[in-house]
Amino acid sequence: MARGGHQAGRGAGRGAGHYDAIVAGAGHNGLSAACYLARAGLRTLVLERSDRVGGAAVSRELHPGWTYSNCSYVCSLLRPEVIRDLDLPRHGLQVIPYEGGASFTRDGAYFAYHADPNARVREIARLSPRDVEGYERFHHAVMRQCRFIRPLLLRTPPDPASLRPRDLAELLFLLRRFNDLGPREASETLRFWTVSIGDFLDEHFESPLLKAHLAGSGIIGTGLGVYSPGTAYVLLHHYMGEVDGAIGSWGFARGGMGAVSAALAGALREAGGEVRTGAAVERFLVAGDRVSGVALDTGEELHAPVVASGMDARRTFLDLVDPRHLPGDFLDGVRRFKIRGSSGKLNMALDAVPRFPAAPADAPFLSGDLHASESLAELARAYDDWKDGRWSAEPYFDLLIPSRIDPTMAPPGKHMMSVFVQYAPYDLARDGVRSAGNWDDAARDAFRDTVLDKIETVCPGLRRLIVHAEVRSPADLEREVGLTEGNIFQGELTFDQLLFNRPVPGYAQYRSPIRGLWMCGSSTHPGGGVMGAPGRNAAAEVLREAKLPNRMSDAYAVL
Amino acid sequence: MPSFDAIVIGGGTNGLACAARLAMKGCRVTLLEAGEVAGGGAGMREFAPGYFAPSLAHTTRGVDARVMAGMGLDRHGPEFHPALPTTVLGADPLSVLRGKTTGPDAEAFATLMTKLGEFARVLAPFRGLTPPRLTSAGNEWGKLARLGLGIRALGKADFREFLRMILINVADVAEDELTDDRLKGLLAFDATLGAWLGPRSPNSLILLLNQLAIGPDTLLPMGGMGALAAAMAKAAVAAGVTLRCNAAVARVLVEGDRAVGVELVSGETLKADRVISAISPRTTFQKLVGPRHLDAGFFTRTSHIRSRGGAAKLHLALAGLPAVPDPKARMVIAPSVTAVEDAFNPVKYGEVPVAPVLEFILPSAHETGLAPEGHHVLSAIVQFAPHAPKAGLAAARAAMLENTLAVLEAQVPGLRRLVAQAELLMPQDIEARFGMVGGNWHHGELAVEQMLFLRPLREVAQYGTPLPGLYLAGAGSHPGGGINGAAGWNAAGKVLNG
Repeated sequence: MARGGHQAGRGAGRGAGHYDAIVAGAGHNGLSAACYLARAGLRTLVLERSDRVGGAAVSRELHPGWTYSNCSYVCSLLRPEVIRDLDLPRHGLQVIPYEGGASFTRDGAYFAYHADPNARVREIARLSPRDVEGYERFHHAVMRQCRFIRPLLLRTPPDPASLRPRDLAELLFLLRRFNDLGPREASETLRFWTVSIGDFLDEHFESPLLKAHLAGSGIIGTGLGVYSPGTAYVLLHHYMGEVDGAIGSWGFARGGMGAVSAALAGALREAGGEVRTGAAVERFLVAGDRVSGVALDTGEELHAPVVASGMDARRTFLDLVDPRHLPGDFLDGVRRFKIRGSSGKLNMALDAVPRFPAAPADAPFLSGDLHASESLAELARAYDDWKDGRWSAEPYFDLLIPSRIDPTMAPPGKHMMSVFVQYAPYDLARDGVRSAGNWDDAARDAFRDTVLDKIETVCPGLRRLIVHAEVRSPADLEREVGLTEGNIFQGELTFDQLLFNRPVPGYAQYRSPIRGLWMCGSSTHPGGGVMGAPGRNAAAEVLREAKLPNRMSDAYAVL
Repeated sequence: MPSFDAIVIGGGTNGLACAARLAMKGCRVTLLEAGEVAGGGAGMREFAPGYFAPSLAHTTRGVDARVMAGMGLDRHGPEFHPALPTTVLGADPLSVLRGKTTGPDAEAFATLMTKLGEFARVLAPFRGLTPPRLTSAGNEWGKLARLGLGIRALGKADFREFLRMILINVADVAEDELTDDRLKGLLAFDATLGAWLGPRSPNSLILLLNQLAIGPDTLLPMGGMGALAAAMAKAAVAAGVTLRCNAAVARVLVEGDRAVGVELVSGETLKADRVISAISPRTTFQKLVGPRHLDAGFFTRTSHIRSRGGAAKLHLALAGLPAVPDPKARMVIAPSVTAVEDAFNPVKYGEVPVAPVLEFILPSAHETGLAPEGHHVLSAIVQFAPHAPKAGLAAARAAMLENTLAVLEAQVPGLRRLVAQAELLMPQDIEARFGMVGGNWHHGELAVEQMLFLRPLREVAQYGTPLPGLYLAGAGSHPGGGINGAAGWNAAGKVLNG
């Protein structure tokens, strides 16, 4: 693949329309992958269907004066190695950590998750003195799991069915790491990876409100309920991030999540890469057994020996590749890859700061993630609704007001509210028929009202403050961003779709059956979230095969 | 030749298997059973005058082969009826036996069951193993390596499928591989039978693999489940076990940080070198041993052993033969994956499902003497039933019975008219009658996070306990329950080998 000349001439001699590498999709993973490829000297082009970069990490002004992070809305998972390698702060990325959060109840009580650990312990003791000790155990258990998993995020999963030295060495590495945990930790780890978040919390806590507050991270973005085994792992997926070294912290990208994408695009430009927006890939071109480039919907063809898709596996292989180029078992694997849309979103421009009467005015935790779910049972019922094709009658929401700490999000004195809603089905049921087509304006309005009604139980008067509201169903997310079924992770995060199983067993090392066609989106290990890891890992594999230096810093565990 | 005294607590299948194996090796074994007869979940009960039904388990996928041979059950035990076919009831009933069926999905179903059967085959040897420790020392590495290689020997493609499917949910497998709702429903029902999980829960397929690893068939001993229990008890006594019924244990006696015997509820004390508990591990530690003799953290964790029962047991005395396609079949009412999932949803909230799913047999179609002439007995396992009903036990039981009868009537018209008497055991009733915590018939949920070296807890997964002289041998230990005896047999091996 390493055609002569790209170090010296950068695709020189091939003329316009010829590149060393093309990345389809300017989401954060596509951009990350492209950055690393460009830094290695490849003449790299990123193609983006819409007229802006970022995919689901964007800042949009949908109402004059307000900025919405209208898809992903908070930042923590973005790998520090990626931030450092690509020097993203210099390209404008600034992540502002937010202070804790809270869960409110209908009758005016609340639990505040204070950022200050001492205040947090006092708050837990207020709900249930016995839960203080439980929280200590819970916190340490989760942190230990974070320490275990973080270094694995930036490694290519081994193929357990392969006898190649590299796969065997990687398997050995994993086993050794596991063994290093010691028997107690090792069994706790296996338990943690297979247990449900509900059962895990029930073992640690008494307070229903505290349990409900912590359980949210176990279900966000998934088609699973709090009592579905494997959801403790999903919680980990939301705890393993950091803001400037504070593990488990979350923050706002100043200027909205588009700042992440803008910084990546800046790094890409600096490395010599190009981005073309408004360029929709219609087909991946295959010549013989290898990829030769892409065809755009305009008919234009662009060529490169390396093509990486940041789109999800179903979209990439079922929509954009001629099936005759793919083996049947691979196609079967892609078809059964589960991408379940389960969440919706409300983005709102507010005329004034919303009030939560239960909380002291201007309590710091109001700048964090706010919820109004009171028990695990309430969350479990919300899931049952979703299974039946309805949005939850009592939805779980993750509500944030970024404008409280990021003044760029709204005009002075005004505010922006982001409400992530779990659950909302992709194929909404109506009159016994389940279809994404049922998400019409009436359905969206009814969905919005359900969510607003729920928010108003803890934030009365909110409706009067709304200047503009954007309602996003899973179907909208699919249509606008291209995420199949509107699943934010490009595929469920269950063991059958993690590690060497992601997205298809035997094809978990970013390669597809077509030589030169790579996967670099969240459908690959380690999965979704604005992490940049799949992009970096895919680039590492591309460069490894091309025998080019990758200029990547080593993954580190910290803590 | 070991020669020590051992007390085995609990005369269920596992207690019997354990006691018998120890006695055969020369130990002086006393088996203490709280009830009037040994057998635990395998027994018969006259639930209405003149009507006898299996008291809990009504079929088995087979007794562990080592137990069969070791206790001479293959020679002196009851014969088994030919494997029961399964009839999936519905508008258009379907008969299934060993992966063979008719209908549009016959081929896909056979392919799927062959694949699952292969997975079960390589997993089966693990059932006979003392769970390995997660340390480099003290494991039978040679044996483990062989078993691991056995899985790899499935071939590259199947090995990958194995790794993908080992923790998958059964609903996805059903939807991916089948189109016929009747078969999808059956698969979902079978995987979640006895579990506290819906079919859409990850980690549910492995429960089906575990059942297939015991045996592919639904079996019924001639003379009923009670005949099997009686044969096991007889074999144990023949091996030299002293069987004492009506001997409920109040506590385990501890002297010098060692279990030295038991005190019965009657006040009588019995001393022995080894005390082996084949009852629920939670009860063993929480009630019989108590916090004084155990590490505080461990003691607390034993209270976290999850043991939610999701199954109710229904017995009907019928004044005639109900209109079913094949009275000798196992009949399943589980119209779809969604039906099974919907039946699970309410138990999360302590509520009763509107339309439970169930399997039933007619024991009286196989044996005479279980009901008056011309009459019949129906024995059903109904899922899911709340283990902690919000409405109170009596109200929940009544609702569960009503909903179950309605489901039965819809598929077997005229059945309700035949019902002379009905008995429904909710999980709490099962707990009260059989001592199974939460009414869970595995003495602790059989779920991945409580399997193998995590069953029932890491510290006690190798049958020994932190209290020297005390061992576990019941279904709460690896590999779980199901009228199989493997846990008891494995435990005896551990006791004998120290």
